Formats: sequence, structure tokens, C-alpha cells
Amino acid sequence: MKLTKLTALAATTALCAPMAFAEDMANEMTIVSWGGAYSKSQLKAYHEPYSEKTGVTILNDDSSAEAVAKLRAMNEAGNVTWDVVDVVAADAMRLCDEGLAMEIDADNQLAAAPDGTPASEDFGDLLVSECFIPQIVYSTTFGYRTDLVGDNAPTSVCAIFDTEAYPGKRSLEKRPINNMEWALICDGVAKDEVYEVLETSEGQDRALAKLNTIKDNVIWWSAGADTPQLLADGEVVMGSTYNGRLFSVIEEQKQPVAMLWDAQVFDLDGWIIPAGLSPERQARALDYIMFATDTQRLADQAKYISYGPARASSAPLVGQHAELGIDMAPHMPTDPENAKNTFLYNYEFWADYRDDIDAKFQAWLAK
Amino acid sequence: MTDTTASGGPVLAADGTPLKKSLARALRLQKIRALGLIAPLLIFVLVSFIIPIGSMLTRSVNNDIVADTLPLTVEALQTWDADSGELPDEAVYAAFVSDMVTAIEAKQHTRLGTRLNYEQTGMSSLFRKSGRKIKKLDPTTDGPFKETLIGINKSWGDVETWRVLKTHSVRVTNGYFLNAIDMQRTPEGAQAQPEDKQILITLFQRTLVMSMVITVSCIILGYPVAWILANLPARTANMLMILVLLPFWTSLLVRTSAWKVMLQQQGVINEVLVWIGLVADDARLVMINNQFGTIVAMTHILLPFMILPMYSVMQTIQPTYLRAAKSMGATNWTAFWRVYFPLSVPGIGAGSILVFILAIGYYITPEIVGGTKGVFISNRIAYHISSSLNWGLAAALGTILLAVVLILYWAYDKIVGIDNVKLG
Repeated sequence: MKLTKLTALAATTALCAPMAFAEDMANEMTIVSWGGAYSKSQLKAYHEPYSEKTGVTILNDDSSAEAVAKLRAMNEAGNVTWDVVDVVAADAMRLCDEGLAMEIDADNQLAAAPDGTPASEDFGDLLVSECFIPQIVYSTTFGYRTDLVGDNAPTSVCAIFDTEAYPGKRSLEKRPINNMEWALICDGVAKDEVYEVLETSEGQDRALAKLNTIKDNVIWWSAGADTPQLLADGEVVMGSTYNGRLFSVIEEQKQPVAMLWDAQVFDLDGWIIPAGLSPERQARALDYIMFATDTQRLADQAKYISYGPARASSAPLVGQHAELGIDMAPHMPTDPENAKNTFLYNYEFWADYRDDIDAKFQAWLAK
Repeated sequence: MTDTTASGGPVLAADGTPLKKSLARALRLQKIRALGLIAPLLIFVLVSFIIPIGSMLTRSVNNDIVADTLPLTVEALQTWDADSGELPDEAVYAAFVSDMVTAIEAKQHTRLGTRLNYEQTGMSSLFRKSGRKIKKLDPTTDGPFKETLIGINKSWGDVETWRVLKTHSVRVTNGYFLNAIDMQRTPEGAQAQPEDKQILITLFQRTLVMSMVITVSCIILGYPVAWILANLPARTANMLMILVLLPFWTSLLVRTSAWKVMLQQQGVINEVLVWIGLVADDARLVMINNQFGTIVAMTHILLPFMILPMYSVMQTIQPTYLRAAKSMGATNWTAFWRVYFPLSVPGIGAGSILVFILAIGYYITPEIVGGTKGVFISNRIAYHISSSLNWGLAAALGTILLAVVLILYWAYDKIVGIDNVKLG
């Protein structure tokens, strides 16, 4: 028994030349993510293959929603217990700013595309922060009840402000981000001037004034699951949420809901590695990241959830849903048919204006 | 000592030591043993309660980050007159570059940017972007820096940037407390926030008023239940008690979400009302995502905390008192109001304190069913802890909330008397 184990070990070491340093890596790691269907897609596409390949035990923690605050607290306490953390790009930027996430050298620490394109080019503009390894492109967009809008299916995002044509409640997120932009677009501001207008106090008032026209008709959500539930219950006629949530309402639960992709706001979600890990744990985290963000793995995730892979080279590999067997490409926010009119979320702007505009927004809400 | 010697030598114990000494030793041993017994709890309370509260209190005034990150700049700014309307001189800029180079090395400059962004919008990206360029400068050879810095970002040529830096360079600041009451720290002293950003005072008031409403509804709903429980035979009372305790065994989120299903416009109550024709289909009642929803859901969740102390106090009230009152000619109402009710007041007091203090710090339920008008100050605290990361402000808000509770407790003690509170 002992002998077989030893031989097996020797054989593995000999066979896996690139993994020559495997003994210097931790053999247990904690990965933090959002929970629910999203974590499940990561489990299937990344964790299970990685554990199988390396024998590492992966512990899951569904704390991404409070990741920034918790990492800061861990850092202050001097005991970081997480190895890889899934966060949205804006949070990754803040973690980087706070010195809580380690910087990644994309070309050396991430896998190149199968055709040899370096990672920095394959991810391109999506590498929005030095610490951030993009994983998916998701969008915040609208879904509407097909049975409540009659023959007059909305085609423009401004339908949310049109209470004449679409009476009933709508659900919007209880924070200024995205809502202020949509309000300005529907108030006649050109898409590429939105942030210039929003920088000024008058522009912010203008956006709030536009939102004020529908204030009594809005249910404000704070959890991504709220809008799907409100749509399913018929509480709202339309509402904003993450596109993957709407996919599950439409295709998995077969509710009378359809997508309104107009002016969808693209955002990114991806990994960061906390700063200050011990060398073994850091090596393990980097090894995991190298594996989990390669071209094939990112494409695999799209089998389980309708978020677009962040690598250009992954897009052609997106196949069918693992259980429903439908083509996933038409459900991706990045699909050309869906992405006819998209809006790019400005990270820098919100990093600066978040505190200021949020105070105004909350004061306006409480009025 | 002098007394004992005066009366002819100390009294000795059996083993020959002075009795006083021997007694003191025995008492000390007893005390140590008692202390040993409560030590686990004491340490637990100290670690999990006193230290966090202390840390919160210090955080609300601590502002070391500016002076720690930019020590030379802060010193150089001492001589600069913030009201002069003129930019600081080259010495400040040179000190700033020197500080920044060190800070960038330690990756502290963006953290400082985040801190200052709470006070002045744009600081976050100013520090991040400028950092990339300042990194390449050499503080000893590349001067003069005034022009260079203004070339890197024109905000360094804006007096306001330096005024903010100077205003917030103190190590102990009242800035967070001022922010917590809708004011701000400026070079000219404390000033009110612009009106369109004032929200926190409103939320404090709303939290207090709604918590009182919730407490009163708990009293009104809980009193009859406690009375029935206290007056039923023990077997039946125990059965019914399970119903009171049942909510405790259900997750808070489940209970709150259940209210959503009940109260929403397509929910159970509205459906029934529409079905029996009391409410028109297009005029369904709005009962959730507002103050009403918060009050209903929180009253339900906190009701057991009211019923239990009331019940245990009412159990101790002798039914013979009521009979005696009636036998002397009191009506049912007089007997209740003059005899029974005053005896049950300690239970109401205990329940009210529990419910009110729990209500004032609640945030999950208001977040889910409160909409915009039914959220509490704790929702803002949660936001500043987990989203904006403005922990100083969150700590200041928490400290104020703690102070308000202590003041109310003190007032309660003065008016009702804390001895007049019984848990059974």
C-alpha cells in the first residue's frame, strides 16, 4: 500500500514537469463568490476540474457582497483567510486602491490564448485595474412582463419613464449607479456626454428630476433576486436586474417575461487575490487563477449561466446550456443582436462621485 | 491596628495568625475563586463587547491617516494660510512629492485618496492618477515641483484641494460626527451640508419615532395575549406559549419575506380584499415598501420580546386581588385599571425596553420591506460599513445611536424608575 502510494507520487511528480513546485503550494484554498446559480456555475466549470487535476480541497464562502468590508477587516486583524475572491470590477478597483489586493501581471501570471495571443490582449480593455482578473461580462438590463404590456412591447429603455404607455410599477436598484445614467439618456442627453453632465450639480439634479417623474411608481430593490421575484409575482410591469437572473426567470422558470436589452449597462466580474498571503497560499491562488481563467474554462462557465466570457478568444467556444440544451450565445449580453445599444459603465467616474451622488440620491429617496 | 494594640494585642486565630489577617486571606481566596468562576464570561464580555465598542468610539474621531501618510506636507502646511486664496509655496509641493513617493512605495496613497474623497469628490482619482506619475519623480533632484504637479493634474493648482488637505490633517477630528448630523468640517468651522445631501438627522428622527410606534403596537397586541396566557390553566398556557415562541424558531429572513407575500399588491391580503369586493382591482392597497410595511413586519418579529416579560410578571399577580376589588364594589374595568394594570406595569416596562432597543438597531427587516420611507439609520450604518467603507462615519453614527439609547434609558429611569422593571 505504502509502496504503491510512493510510486504513484513519484510518477505524478515526474509526469507533471510544469507542476514541479506543487509541494510548495497550499493544498487547501478558500474561494469566495456570490452563491446561488453563479457559484454553481463556477463549481462546475472551474472548481471541480481544478480539484480533479491537482487534488486541492476547495472551500466555498458566499461572501462576495461584503467582500471589500470583510477583506479590510481581515487585513486590519492581520489574518486573511481567503485565497481567491470574486468581486465586481468597481470593488476590485477599491481593493486595489486600499492595498488589499495583489497586483497581477497579466502576461506572466495568466494563460495566453490557444493561438498564443498574450492575456493582456485577449482581455483587452476589460483589465480595468492592476489587481483585477476579469471573468465574465454581465449586464444590468430590463425585463418586462409580456402579458402586461399587450401588443406594445417596449423596445427602448425610456419605456421605464413612460407611465402612460406602460402603467404599473417598475423596479429599480436602490442606488444611483445606472439609474442616473438611464434618466439622463431618456432626458435627451447623448450617450457619450452622460458622464460629463453627471459631473455637474445641475446634471445630477436633472437626473433626479427625471427619476422624480416616476418616483411613486418605483419599487426599489437591493438584492439581485428581487426583480425576478417581483416580475414573477406580477408586482411590477418591468424592472432592472442582472441579465443572468432574467435568463433564469425566462428560460428555466418559463415565466411570461422578456428581455429589454436596450441601453444595457455592461459591467465586469472577476477575481482578485488578497494581498499579504503566505507564499504557499499565494502560489496556490495564482495557479488556480492561471487555470480558471484560461480560454476554455471561461467558455465552459457559459454552459451554466448566461454571462459572457471576458476573453475574446472564449466567445467562439460558447456552446449550449448544460441542462436545457439551448444555445447560449443568443442569451449573452455581448451577442451582437442584444448589444445593439449598450452603455459603458464608467468606473473612474463612480469611484470619485459615488459618495457624493449617493448622499444626494438617498436624500432624494427619503424625501 | 492601633485600636487592637491598645486593647492588649491582636486577637489570634487557632493557628496563631492574627484573626484579622486570617479572615482577610479567607475572603481573598473566596473572591479569587468567584472571579475564577466568572472569568470566562468576563473575558468574553471584554473581548466581544467592551473592546469593539471602545474601538468604535475611537474610530469615530481617529484621523491618523492624513498625518501618517503625508507627515512632511502636513507640517509644511502649518504655515500656509488657508484663507489667503493663494496656493501654498514650493516647500509644500516639495514636501508633498517626497511624502507621496514614500506613500506610493507602501501603496498608501490611494487609501488616502479614498479617505479624502468622502470630503471632496474627485480626490480618489486625483491620488490614483497622480500617483502613477509622481512615482517617476525623484524628490531630491527633480524640483521645483509646483509647476510639475500642476502639470500632472490641474487640481494641484486649485486652492480648494489644499484647503481640504489642511482641514482634514488633524489626528483627532470632529469631521465624522459633523457628517453624522448633516454638517461638515470646513476651514471656517462647522457648516451645514448642502440641503440636497441632508438625510441622517431625518433618519435618526424616523428611527426613534417608528421604534416607538412599534413598541406601542407591541404593547397593544401583546398585552391581551399575555393576560390570556397568564390566566389559563398551565397545560393550555404552555401549548399556547409554543405559538408565541414559534416565530423564534423561524429564520428572520423567512418571516420578513412572508410579510412580503402577504402585503404586496398581488399578495394574499389584497387578493382576498379584491375577491370579496372591498377593494377595486385597480386600487389595490399599498401596504409594503413603506413605513406601514416596516411597522407590521417588525411588530410581528419583536412581539415575543414583549409578551414574555409581560406574561411572567402577570403570572405573579394574585387573582385574589381582583376578586377582593370586585367584592368591594369595583366594576370589572375599575378592578382591572386600578388594581391589575398597575401591578403589570413592570412587565410592560421590561418588554418596552427590550423591544425599543432591539427596534432601534434593526436593519434587515427595514431594508427588505421598508422601501424608501421605512428605512432606519441602521441601514445607513450598514451601507457605510459594507459599501462606502466610510467606517469613521459609520462609527460616529453608531456612537450617536448608543448615546441616544443611553439618554432614553436614563430618562426612563427618571420617569418610571428602573427598579420598576421586572422580567418575572
